[in-house]
Amino acid sequence: MISVQHVSKTFRSGGTVTAALQDVSLEVAEGEIYGVIGQSGAGKSTLIRAVNLLERPDTGTVTVDGDELTALTPADLRRARRKIGMVFQHFNLLQGRTVRGNVELGLEIIGVDGDARRRRALEILDLVGLADKAGAYPAELSGGQKQRVGIARALAGSPKVLLSDEATSALDPETTRSILDLVKKINTDLGLTVLLITHEMDVVKRICDSAALIEGGRIVEQGRIVSLISTAGSRLAHELFPLGAVPSLPGDTVIDITFSGGSADRPVIAQLARTYGLDVSILGAAIETIGGNQAGRTRLALPGSPAGNAAPIRDLRSQGMLVEIVGE
Amino acid sequence: MIDPSAPDFWSGLFQVLLVGTGQTLYMVGVSLLITILVGLPLGIVLVGTEAGGLFESPFGSRRLGRVVNRVLEFIVNLGRSVPFIILMVALIPFTRLVVGTFIGPTAAIVPLAVVAIPFFARMVEIAIKEVDTGLIEAAESLGATRWQIVSKVLVPEALSPMILGLSTTVTSIINFSAMVGTVAGGGLGDVAVRYGYQRYSTIHMVAVIIVIFVIVMVLQGLATLLARRFAHKSRPARAEKILPALRESVITGA
Repeated sequence: MISVQHVSKTFRSGGTVTAALQDVSLEVAEGEIYGVIGQSGAGKSTLIRAVNLLERPDTGTVTVDGDELTALTPADLRRARRKIGMVFQHFNLLQGRTVRGNVELGLEIIGVDGDARRRRALEILDLVGLADKAGAYPAELSGGQKQRVGIARALAGSPKVLLSDEATSALDPETTRSILDLVKKINTDLGLTVLLITHEMDVVKRICDSAALIEGGRIVEQGRIVSLISTAGSRLAHELFPLGAVPSLPGDTVIDITFSGGSADRPVIAQLARTYGLDVSILGAAIETIGGNQAGRTRLALPGSPAGNAAPIRDLRSQGMLVEIVGE
Repeated sequence: MIDPSAPDFWSGLFQVLLVGTGQTLYMVGVSLLITILVGLPLGIVLVGTEAGGLFESPFGSRRLGRVVNRVLEFIVNLGRSVPFIILMVALIPFTRLVVGTFIGPTAAIVPLAVVAIPFFARMVEIAIKEVDTGLIEAAESLGATRWQIVSKVLVPEALSPMILGLSTTVTSIINFSAMVGTVAGGGLGDVAVRYGYQRYSTIHMVAVIIVIFVIVMVLQGLATLLARRFAHKSRPARAEKILPALRESVITGA
């Protein structure tokens, strides 16, 4: 649905040159929620703004729903943008318009006439749970309500893609969850493809099917979350299940076991202890529900050197678990 | 010297004030209209042709945008820096060309509009610069044309400060209209000079001051009301600061 190919973007201001994006490529499949995570300054904002060409890349192509945006004339680009809704961190609502007026903005731009516009706006406001606020002004709303208006505005023109530029970063945790649930609901009910950027791992954990990690203008890792979890050395997986620093335990082997799907409910530690007679200590664990599946990571200390523990480690791996030796 | 005890003094004063007020309102009204019609687009183009603006590259030419911006900046600065009395006299040939004469209220409209346009254009520029660029991006993301961005986002969102700017503009037009009157424009300024100054009628002078004060007060009150109406409590902190200050300036007549 969204294909970003070899996109680079450099900013020049005064004497300083900043490479915001360097040869970035990513594919977002139809109907999925794709999260790009990175710290501020990593280039994620430039990336999402490049998708609807609010920021035109220096090189590379952007294709959304079959239209190669980077090759379109300004008039065709405007038409193509109607298929791409966008929500913003600071909502960007018109203060002078009511909630309904804000939602109608996109429809006015497309040229939908008064009555149809009104009906559509109320319909969408109902969907986002703000039907009773149609006549209110943005200044009278809470942050979460404002973002719902922002989402309604983006959806009014029936786009195929929703871009979310840190949509929940200005919201408190509880409101964040309710907005994420709304995004998930839209994704499921309307079949909308969602590309979001965020600096919060919780956002990725809660709703994303796929994720990419961006650093210094480059994508350093990307994939379906389910497969990232079982990829050795995946930094995203480490971020998803933070276990902290590895303690130094002389004479012990510290291993991280990542399990997902079927292996999640097996009594792994008991088995190790029974089969190999090991005194296993649990140093840390993190378990999450990701994409409806239980997944988690446990850090264990096994007495003895890695070589001495080769057999139990092989055994664990053969059961489909990802085992990484992180300390000895 | 006019004798205030003469039987027809008060009716004469009323007549003179009525005519003068009519002429002043006519001069101010028409020049205000012209000021809005020219100053508003001028202010928009001034902001738009700046680097990174909406009309940065008109017809695809960045250079054209820069040239337009420089030229307009120059004209606006020139218009704002020349003292009105000099501008008025310097404009006489132009006024004669446009109106056919340089005497009377209609002729006075020309210099009044010329001085007010750059002033108001600056006000518009400042008001539009205050509009969050995020709003422009939001409209762009919805597929808006530049014209739609101007008409649906920039102007409506900047309406409240623009109205306050307009009220400042109208006050200075009234101020300058009195100056035009002393030369040959008619209006309340003319009344004040001919009766109050040349014929030592303090009553005329005081009456003119009261009428002008009332006009300014009514207009500013109206502007404040409208500005508040369009602000939708979006910037409560600012409105709270501006409104009392305005009220103060109305009371002191400053």
